Amino acid sequence: MLSTALAIAFGLVTAAMALTLWRLLRGPDQPDRILALDTLYVNSIALLVLLGIHLGSELYFEAAILIAMMGFVGTVALCKYLLRGDIIE
Amino acid sequence: MLEAALSILIVVGAIFTLIGSLGLARMPDFYSRLHGPTKATTLGVGSLLIASMIYFSTQDDGISFHEILVTLFLFITAPVSAHLLSKAALHLRVKSLVAPPREVEEADAGECK
Amino acid sequence: MKHWLLPHPILTPTLAIIWVLLVNSLSPGAIILGLLLGWAIPLFTLRFWPDQVRLRKPLTLLRFILVVLYDILVANLAVAWLILRGPRHIEPAFVVVPLSLTTDIGISFLANTISLTPGTVSSWLSPDRRSLVVQGISVQDPDDLVKTIKRRYEAPLLEVFEPC
Repeated sequence: MLSTALAIAFGLVTAAMALTLWRLLRGPDQPDRILALDTLYVNSIALLVLLGIHLGSELYFEAAILIAMMGFVGTVALCKYLLRGDIIE
Repeated sequence: MLEAALSILIVVGAIFTLIGSLGLARMPDFYSRLHGPTKATTLGVGSLLIASMIYFSTQDDGISFHEILVTLFLFITAPVSAHLLSKAALHLRVKSLVAPPREVEEADAGECK
Repeated sequence: MKHWLLPHPILTPTLAIIWVLLVNSLSPGAIILGLLLGWAIPLFTLRFWPDQVRLRKPLTLLRFILVVLYDILVANLAVAWLILRGPRHIEPAFVVVPLSLTTDIGISFLANTISLTPGTVSSWLSPDRRSLVVQGISVQDPDDLVKTIKRRYEAPLLEVFEPC
């Protein structure tokens, strides 16, 4: 039962990533693309967590934490760039 | 019983993640697109993380709770990124279905020399 | 009045808890190291934390957090339903919420809460910090939304964070 649920979840999250990627490529504005990139980070955390359950390994967790942090910092840096035209003031 | 609960959590989490991305893909303007990823995706991934926590706590020896850290982190950072993105969009005057309030434009015009 | 040995009494246990979560073990060693880090980090980064966070009514904060968690669940179902129904049914609007909160932490709590709950995202804080611009995805009655935000979220935060 768990493996069926995992298979369905993998499919759904992959579909979510495909939709996000479509928005990332299509734009139309810079904030749209940044938002799509941020969502892609969160979706990849979901994918890593599912992979961790599927393979029964907790190692993927460290990767998920790193992606969560780097994704947030990246989004903030890009927004700062849009707001000020500069990242480090 | 436990397995059923876990399966439900996982599938519900994945469905919410998908709905978040669906909102991102099909909403007409930037400000409405912002809602899907900040709310639905965050809750969906939170639900997946809770499922992972329950799974690893019951699987082998010892409980596992570092998933809470990522969940908390996501719930704290999602609104912050949403606020910054929205602020950047207002600053760049990204087109919106409804006009933003006048205060914003006045303050913005004053800010950029 | 700052105590030189323990400048941030709330930050220390928070850092210790984060350390224990990160290590993922409840062994005495991890807890002691966490407390040590929680004590040392605020001390060495004192200059970055000018204001001490003061919680006036911790129980009110706890009740507020429970209310917000419940609202997050309800809001998610509502937003999910809106997204599934499609873009023709949304009624986006910008509303301006006048703020009574003045402290940094209070305003950030309010802004984050608004972003996580019912179909609203806090978009912009005016430079004089008197008003917050909020974007709602399905706003039938803007005045009612402002009233709800002020009553349900701002009132408890005022009790918790504002100096009397």
